[in-house]
Formats: sequence, C-alpha cells, structure tokens
Amino acid sequence: MHLIVRLLVQRVALGLLLLLAVSAVIFLGVEALPGDTAQAILGQSATPQALANLREKLGLNEPPLTRYFAWLGGILTGDLGKALTNGADIAQSIGQRLGNTLFLAGCAAAIAVPLAIILGLIAARYAGRWPDKVISGITLSTVSLPEFVAAYFVIYLLTQLIPVFQPVAMVFPGMGFWAKLHAVALPVIVLVLVVLAHMMRMTRAAILNVMQSAYIETAELKGLSPMAVVWRHAFPNAIAPVVSVVMLNLAYLVVGVVVVEVVFGYNALGQYLVDHVTKRDLPVVQAVGLIFAAVYIFLNMAADIIGILANPRLRHPK
Amino acid sequence: MNDASQRLDHMIEDVRRGRMTRREFVGRSTALGLSAGLAGALFTKAAHAEPKKGGTLRAGLAGGESTNTLDPALAASVVPQVGNAQWGEQLVDMTPEGQVEMRIAEEVTSSPDSKVWTFKIRQGVEFSNGKTVTAEDVMATYKRHTDENAQSGALGIVKGISEMKAEGDKLEVTLEFPSADLPYLLTDYHLIIQPGGGYDDPTAGIGAGPYLLESFEPGVRYAYKKNPNYFDPNTGHADEIEILSINDNTARTAALQAGQVHMINRVDPKIVELLKGVSGVQVRRAVGRGHYVFIMHVDKAPFDNNDLRMALKYGINRQEMVDKVLGGLGSRGNDFPINAAYPLFDDSIEQREYDAAKAKEYYDKSGHDGSPIILRSAPGAFPGAVDAANLFAASANAAGIPLQIQLEPDDGYWTNVWNVEPFCASYWGGRPTQDQMYSTAYLSTAEWNDTKFKNAKFDELLMAARAELDQDKRKGMYSEMAHIVRDEGGLILPMFNEFVAGVSDAVGGWIDDPNAEMMNYRAPSKCWLA
Repeated sequence: MHLIVRLLVQRVALGLLLLLAVSAVIFLGVEALPGDTAQAILGQSATPQALANLREKLGLNEPPLTRYFAWLGGILTGDLGKALTNGADIAQSIGQRLGNTLFLAGCAAAIAVPLAIILGLIAARYAGRWPDKVISGITLSTVSLPEFVAAYFVIYLLTQLIPVFQPVAMVFPGMGFWAKLHAVALPVIVLVLVVLAHMMRMTRAAILNVMQSAYIETAELKGLSPMAVVWRHAFPNAIAPVVSVVMLNLAYLVVGVVVVEVVFGYNALGQYLVDHVTKRDLPVVQAVGLIFAAVYIFLNMAADIIGILANPRLRHPK
Repeated sequence: MNDASQRLDHMIEDVRRGRMTRREFVGRSTALGLSAGLAGALFTKAAHAEPKKGGTLRAGLAGGESTNTLDPALAASVVPQVGNAQWGEQLVDMTPEGQVEMRIAEEVTSSPDSKVWTFKIRQGVEFSNGKTVTAEDVMATYKRHTDENAQSGALGIVKGISEMKAEGDKLEVTLEFPSADLPYLLTDYHLIIQPGGGYDDPTAGIGAGPYLLESFEPGVRYAYKKNPNYFDPNTGHADEIEILSINDNTARTAALQAGQVHMINRVDPKIVELLKGVSGVQVRRAVGRGHYVFIMHVDKAPFDNNDLRMALKYGINRQEMVDKVLGGLGSRGNDFPINAAYPLFDDSIEQREYDAAKAKEYYDKSGHDGSPIILRSAPGAFPGAVDAANLFAASANAAGIPLQIQLEPDDGYWTNVWNVEPFCASYWGGRPTQDQMYSTAYLSTAEWNDTKFKNAKFDELLMAARAELDQDKRKGMYSEMAHIVRDEGGLILPMFNEFVAGVSDAVGGWIDDPNAEMMNYRAPSKCWLA
C-alpha cells in the first residue's frame, strides 16, 4: 500500500504546483497586456489625474510581485475582488455560473460516459461486423458535425418540427430540478453527440488491444461467453486509457462549451468569460482562467490516479 | 354574414392587435364600400380596444451582457435599456409621434427666453420602496448624472444645467444657455428618477415604473411583478414580465416561433422574408434615427478639399446599399444626419443620387494626385460595414475615384481608428432632436465631432435655433444647417436603418415607434397578451 500512497501524494503535490505555475502565467499574461486595469476602467475618458487616483485606489502602484501575492492570497481566502464593469462580487457571480456549468456538464456526462462505454464494449465484441460499423458510423458522423450546426439541427427538430423542448436553455434560481432538466435537454443532447465518438472509439480500441492477450484466449477456452470475456477480463485491463479519454472529455464539457452556451443562451461560465474579455474586465478574466486551469489539472490528476489504482501491479505490490 | 363584413371583422381584429395602420385600414375599408369618415371612426374604436390584463409576457432580446448593471447611468445596450424602463420612470418621455409626454412631471413651462424651465411634479407617485416621489428626488437624480464619477451616458445632456431649485411640487431648472429643447433632452433613457437620486445605491433597481423588479441576473434575465401602485392605468398590462437576454439570432428566432417568448428584437434582415411566412408571428418595422456613415476629417488631406468630398458623395450608391446591406429594411440617407423621424424635418431637400459623371467631374476639379484614397472599415463598425465599404469602393472606382478599402480589426476600432483616422466607417444611434444630434457631432466645439467640421455660420444657426420658440422659423434654420452639412461637411450618410422586431400574434398593443427599439424600450409594459 505504501507505494500507492506515495504516488498519490506525489500526484496531488504536482497538481498543486502546476496550478501555482499557471496562476503565475495568467498573472504575467495580464500584466503584459498594453495598458493597465485603471486604463481599462476609464477607457477613452482617462485623464492623467483620474488615472493616478484610480491606480492609487486599486493599489496598482505596488510592485507586481506584491500584487501577485495579494491576488493569490485573495483567491485562497475566496476573495476574488469585484468586476470592473459592473462592480459585482466576482466570487458570487462565478459561484452561480460555475454551478450551471457543472450542472450541464454533469447531465451530459451522466448520459455520454455510460453510453459511450457500453457502445464501445458492443463495438469491440462485434469488431468488424455490422453492429460495430453502425455504431462507429453514427458516432463518427455526429462528432464531425460542428457543435453549432448540431445545435441548430436539434433546435429545428425538437422545437419546431416536434415541439417538445425549448430553444432557450436558461436556468435560474427558483426553478425546480425537473424544470431545469427540461430546460437543458437540448444542449445536453448536443454535447452528448459531440463527446460520444471519442470515448466510444477509445473504449473499443483499448479492449481490442487487450483481446490479443494470451489470457483472453484462456478465458475463451474456459467456455465463457464472448460478452462475459469482454466485461470480466478485457475491460478491467483497458480502464486506464478509457479513463484518461473520459476525463479529457469531461474537461471539455466544463471549459470548452462556450459555443453551445451562446447558441442556447445558457447562462454558464463560458459566456461570462467571453463577455468580460470583450470589456477587458481583467480581474474576472484572471479568476475564470484560473478556475478553468484548475478543472483541467484536477481531472487529469484524477485520470492518473484512477489509472494507477486500476493497475494490479501497483495495487498488489510484492 | 356576407364576405365584405367578414373581411371587415378580420381587419378590425388586425387593428385591435396593432397589425394594421390607420392608413391601411381606411384604404381597405373604403374599398369595401365604407365612407372614409366611418372607417376612421371604426379604426379609432378598434385601436383603443380595452387591453387585456394578466398573464406573463416574455421578451427575448439581443444586446445583453453579463457585464450589465442596474445603474441607469451606465445603460449602454438594449437589454439594460429595456430592463430599466420597466422598473424605472422618467420625468418626461417621447410619444411615437415625437411629442413630449408627461410622466412624473405633470406640466412643463418655460421662461420666454427658454432659459428657465419649471416642472410640476405629479402628486402621489410612489417609488417601489413606498417613498413618495418629490421634486428633491428628481433634482438629486439629475445632479448625480452631472457628477463625473457617475460616468453617466447623459452627462452631455445635464451638464448644460447651471442651477436647480426644488420647491414643494415644483422643480426649477436654469440652463447655462437657452434651449427650447430641454424637455426633449430629458427623455433620455439614462435619466430614470431614483429615490434620493440613487446616491445611496444606484444599482438598487428602485424606481417608480410600471413593474417591480423581482430578480436580475446580468446578461441572463430580468423578472418583474406588476406594480399595483403605478399611476398610469394605460401601462403595465401583464401580471408578470420577463426579459431574457438571447444574443444568438437563430435561438432568438426559434424561441419566438416556439412560443417561449412573445417578442424579439433585431430580426436578422436575411430571414425577414422567411419569418413573414411563419404563422403566429409578424415582423414589425420602424424607421428610426439611427444611421450608418462614412466619415471624412475635413481638416486632413486629401479630405480638406470640398471638391474631393463632393466627388465621394456622388460616388456612393445609396439605394444599392439599402437593398444589399440592409436587405431593404431602411431608407436612403442624404449626407446630413436627420430624417423624417425628427421633429421639424425639412422633406423638401433634394435627395442626392449616385452620379458617376458628376463624381468624375468633381474628382477632376479637385486635382487629386491619383494616389489611393483609403477608407477604413471593420465588421463591427456597423452590421454589414465591410460589405458596404466594398460596394462604395466599386461604385467610386466606376467613376474613376481610386477608393481603396483597408480592413481593420474590431478590437480597438473605436480607440485606434474612429475619430483618429481621416476616413472610416462608423454609426450613430440618433438623438431625440435635431439640436441634440447636431450639438453632439457637428458643432465646432463638440467632443464627438468625428468629421472635424468647423463652420461659423452653422454654429451660429445652431445656437439661434436652440433658443427660437417660433417653430416655423426654427424649421427654416434647421433646413439651412442641413444644407451646409450636406454640401460642405465630411459626412457621407448612405442609409438610415430600421428597428425590426418579431412579435407573436398573442401580443396586442404593438406600435411601430421610431424613438428606439422595442417601442422605445417600453414594449413589455405597453403591450398585452390578447
């Protein structure tokens, strides 16, 4: 067990270190932009006196290192500051929108991940035969469709031709759970279509790879049914690559769905970030950037850890 | 029932739902054999049909961002403009016909020299926090907008006020310079009256409007309940209203078709014809004061040569641009920033047409050395700005003018190109009065004089017209000013755009209002669910 604990601690420490490095890069990137926060706030109406006053007020005259640590300290205590554009508390705004992002990603993942794995298992079991070809054909065509095209297609199909859902997927506090589910149905469908193929193909490939092994032959010779061989013997050994692809797709569902958010008017983090980038609202951009980086690092770390745990050699050291 | 009376019933229904104008109705019903007088009376009766009360009215609008705030001073896009107009109320407002309408003010009077204005405050109007609206509140509101720190979009309007006095139910406003237009200027959408002027918290969303704000999420949604204490029974029909911010054109249109919202703004010109064929939905157009422009700095070579400017003005095909860039949803400009949507517009000024021969003649006369004339444009300068610039270049080149397009990125366009480079594409949203439009961008000393136009005669006329109370004389002065800008200025104005809205048949009371989008931002409270 000792080896595993040590590996886990190592991974978590590495993740945190990486996050720290990312925070420095984000801060440096924003610093390197022409103009500063005060100029961004005042815009064209900036007079030298007003700039000086505002810089004083925002503490921009401090050296960058001091400001970086002040910012870092704020993040650790949950104080992300206020948005420049409308003075709203950033932590509060992000909290609500992050909740919406995770809700949408969670719904899509809850459908897409099991579906992709089951389809992958079936495709591997019938590799090269018609079920494999149908599954691969359909999922590969949906992934080839750009998100917004898929989105407009499902809007047309499910709000105009068969009006069962609403085209605008806004959710807000006070809505019941089922009302929320109904509202996000269309973006969830689109996201499932987009992420399905990648995970399905990976599951299929990983299992087919394992199926070449000698112990699979043994299992077959024991007289196990083909599906039981795939499920009991091949799949557990194919988990590591599948999990890393699943995590990659989960990360995409959290940080990469701004197009889908915009098309469906879904009020989540992506749209929030884009709006504030347009207005050069730097504190918000910094904060959201860091959150996205954290999600990526955390999910990749989780994939690593699950991969380690799924490896019997690490689980049962001699 | 015979056929004619059935058709008449349909038409009356159309009028009742605001789908037919008076002229259309009278025209068609006289064709059915009615006398014009009777038709007119029928129209009046139908148009003033009792609005229906109740229900939840939803609007889906483009032009909202998660950076929005409830502070009326900072409203700069349509969603906050419409959003604020529901919970807020102004001293005065504009009617679709261009008259000043009394809201919190009950009566307006001015001194003979139009320098001192007195507003009588309506009695018994309440803010949503229960406080009564007083002359002090109005005074404090205007005062806050004059404060540089408030960053109000109405600063240019209220900074002309030199003194204010609140006495009982009267507010006396003294101006630095006389202006016959003050009530018009105070219809500006930023100037929502807030308790104590909004000094405590400008983003509180407390006002005296027809609805009470229940929930606000920037860039997402405004939700309201009817204000039971609102003073005007003709506004605020639905029990609840919701404003959803939907920036994607397709999603917005789909939401209207699916019945998720009852009205949308900014219908994409490309789909107007398609949307007209959809049952249950109608397209409503209103010619506004907004316009798209190409602006030349008259103080920089080669644009300091009026013959060259005239060559370019004759080298642009305005009708082609209205047809191709606006999809026919607009009208031609005439190189001065005023159209029929303004009071005191002179419609006798000759329309300038594309004339390659005249353009060539002026170009030759200008003695330009033949080097390329650079026009800068960007996709964000106005919708279709790049297409418009290319059309301009094509028609000018056909007349022998070496006009060349230089594309600029949207990012930084308003900082690095507009008001900096001598020739570029831009737009104006229009203003409530001619005086305000000219003072904002054509007066020698104007901050936003983006053509660097300086003309002593023009400035003199502008000042004289501002104080002139005789409307005929005033109209004459504005006409003279229009001629000066048209024939000597640096403005090339190819087109005025329209506000194009999509409205569900379930909506009653829609009026095509030229003042601003969505019935001057008040559609949700002025319309009802039939």
